[in-house]
Amino acid sequence: MTAYILRRLLGVVAVVAATTVLIFGIVHILPGNVAYAILGEFATPSAVAALEVKLGLHDPLWLQYWHWLSGLLHGDLGQSLTMDRPAGPVIAEAVGRSAILAGFAFALVAVGGIGLGVHAATHAGRPADHVLGLAQLIFIGVPDFFWAILVILVFASMLGWLPATGYSPISDGFGAWVSHLVLPVLVLAVGLIAHVSRLTRAAMLEALRSRYVLMARAKGLSERRVLWRHAAPNAMLPAITILAIDFGLLIGGVVVIETVFAIPGLGRLLVFAIEHHDLPLLQAGMLVLTTIYALANLAADLAYAALNPRIRYTASA
Amino acid sequence: MKLFWPGIAALSLIVLAAIIGTWLTPYDPAGFAVRLRFAAPTFLHPFGTDEFGRDVLSRVLSGAHLSLLIGFGAMLVSLVGGVPLGLFTAFNRGWGGTLVLRVADLLLSLPPILLGLLILAVTPPSTLKTIIAVGLVYIPIMLRLTRAVAMELLEEDFVQAARARGESAASILAREILPNAWPPIIVECGLRVTFAILLGSALSFLGLGPQPPASEWGVMIAESREFLDQAPWIGLAPGLCLCVLLVTVNLVGEGLRARLDPSHG
Repeated sequence: MTAYILRRLLGVVAVVAATTVLIFGIVHILPGNVAYAILGEFATPSAVAALEVKLGLHDPLWLQYWHWLSGLLHGDLGQSLTMDRPAGPVIAEAVGRSAILAGFAFALVAVGGIGLGVHAATHAGRPADHVLGLAQLIFIGVPDFFWAILVILVFASMLGWLPATGYSPISDGFGAWVSHLVLPVLVLAVGLIAHVSRLTRAAMLEALRSRYVLMARAKGLSERRVLWRHAAPNAMLPAITILAIDFGLLIGGVVVIETVFAIPGLGRLLVFAIEHHDLPLLQAGMLVLTTIYALANLAADLAYAALNPRIRYTASA
Repeated sequence: MKLFWPGIAALSLIVLAAIIGTWLTPYDPAGFAVRLRFAAPTFLHPFGTDEFGRDVLSRVLSGAHLSLLIGFGAMLVSLVGGVPLGLFTAFNRGWGGTLVLRVADLLLSLPPILLGLLILAVTPPSTLKTIIAVGLVYIPIMLRLTRAVAMELLEEDFVQAARARGESAASILAREILPNAWPPIIVECGLRVTFAILLGSALSFLGLGPQPPASEWGVMIAESREFLDQAPWIGLAPGLCLCVLLVTVNLVGEGLRARLDPSHG
């Protein structure tokens, strides 16, 4: 197992290294003059020339890439152009806020999605199952940014229960912190809960039809024990794979939701960097996000291996 | 899912409305009417008017083709890019095929929206670029699927027989592989359109798609946020239309899967 983990960690390093090439390549090779993009189309030629020198744009591409990469290896993520600060601390602050948002949402998706899926499977064909099926169909068809508009309209504008947008740090009071997080976490989670519960239901139904469940029932085990000790663990394996896929969708959701709810996290920062043509900040933010995603995928694979006794990774596997 | 034909009917209606809406709307979608700003929905303006007094129904109609264009256009891009590359990697087991496969795997290891953001970040946004960006995001998925299908078919007896007859690779491709590979590819396309519309509208919402005054629905929803308290219908109308479109496309996609994929009853 240790050898497997080490090998997979090396794989993550390889993906991140390749991603640096990809990000740098797309940002620098796509048509569009970087200096003009930063300064605007009415920039004077001398200002453009000065900025090009400052950014090292006259160096050959491989040299520019090397400067960026060696900075990264020394822990220097580059300099944000609009904020005139190193990108590293800016991104670190933003990642913290995004992690809170995504963490709560992901926990809600895991518990709610799997719980509802199991419930629908054990009540297959009954009203609860039909209601969930219809809800899933609708929830998958509603884009998360439109959800955001709907819940802001209902819970903030009409009922006035919760603040519409913004972020309140926990140091300014626990109540305000929670009340600012409720709506964005809900919106982030709701679509993914529909997705996870739907696929968990299918996996659980398959497990319930299996011979080992028949055997467990024939042994006279209690229905609860059959459900949670025999059927559910086997249905968990596909659920973990789905959760890993949904983590990518969650990252997409975070970008959109942070923009709608004005939460200064990594997603909002990326959109800000794009709007203000802050390319160093954009490159660094993208790289951090990709690294997080690669590590999350690794975590999912390890959880899968740990839960599935049929998979015992060896060095040769 | 027994809603395939109702789904087809509803989708045809939407497409028809989008085509007609491009030229013919109750009011000029760009026509300002200062005295009619923020008018609530009435018989004359079923979806109300916006901050410039523009008729929201006319705007929604004139923007309908953009969501369809992005969804189906991106699907087409991923099809045209992914299927040939998938066949190539199935046939070419040398360094060329491996290289293409590794690049596809790398793109798959990025979160979808990130790739879209990356492509749209540097150049000025436009509808065409959104279509291409969303399509590029889905090329690796289409490539992987085509490759898997083609590799399975390559082991089949009728392909082996064609090889034994000494037929060329091109002939095997065109006459043995493709006719048998299309059902799973069509199913994937059907389901992919829903995701493409979702991703496209999200990118538009973030300002990386069609630019105002285009009345793409994601753009309209983004613009409506400022006036949510005083005139919620400006955002609700395009949002509900988007939901109806997504549910409809999803019904058709799931129906296609039920028909063409024997493993899903």
